[in-house]
Amino acid sequence: MDLKVNDYTTDDDLTVINVEGEIDVYTAPKLREKLIDLVNKGKYHLLVDMEKVEFLDSTGLGVLVGGLKRVRAHDGSLELVCTQERILKIFRITGLTKVFGIFDSVDDAREHRKKQK
Amino acid sequence: MAPETAMVELTFSPLPAHVRTARLIATAVARRGGVEETLLDEVRLAVGEACSRAVEAHRQQCPEEPVRVELRDGADRFEVVVTDRVPDDDPAGSGVPGTPVDLVELNGDLNLGFAVIAGLADDVDIASTPSGVEITMSWPVKKD
Repeated sequence: MDLKVNDYTTDDDLTVINVEGEIDVYTAPKLREKLIDLVNKGKYHLLVDMEKVEFLDSTGLGVLVGGLKRVRAHDGSLELVCTQERILKIFRITGLTKVFGIFDSVDDAREHRKKQK
Repeated sequence: MAPETAMVELTFSPLPAHVRTARLIATAVARRGGVEETLLDEVRLAVGEACSRAVEAHRQQCPEEPVRVELRDGADRFEVVVTDRVPDDDPAGSGVPGTPVDLVELNGDLNLGFAVIAGLADDVDIASTPSGVEITMSWPVKKD
């Protein structure tokens, strides 16, 4: 299955990346390229919506961590939207729930961001 | 009379696209073998992790050699053995000779794959031999 990656930027300068499909060793480079491209375009506050992700492996986790490192170099942020237990479990196993902000919805993430400002 | 342990063996060229195929086959055999539905996601992910590691190791060291996956449907356990043919490969290391470059590039220095396998498989054994690395994982089965 192909990986679909689309993005849009909200009026509060948050770039939401909708990811759909399976993120594995075959498809993860596509997500990595998208994250790099956005950072190169000056988008430093990213929210990856994973609600339509059907599979995620460690390669995908590595790409997300790589993206986080890139945005942090510009004082940015990379957070996630995910409510799927089978995906959340992978973040828990690897301890990455402590690294990423994980929200139930895009609206929740935006609300949290407003409170932080 | 059916054998006590039925086996499905899969060999595939070390291409990332084939990792998904291996995952799907492993999940299908696990389901048929009596692995509980709640564990099938874990089988799928752990097999994918082991195959991803093997594929990247082969691509760097021996792209002509296939990766081998054995799926053993036993009386009490469903066992998966993923074998690569990369000698002196350090399965738990990173940033050392023999470490697959592409996976390091994607994963950084995190080596998350083994953390995921260890966290998901009910029982794991990783053996580094002169002929390659063998990752054996198993899960319980319930036979009707």
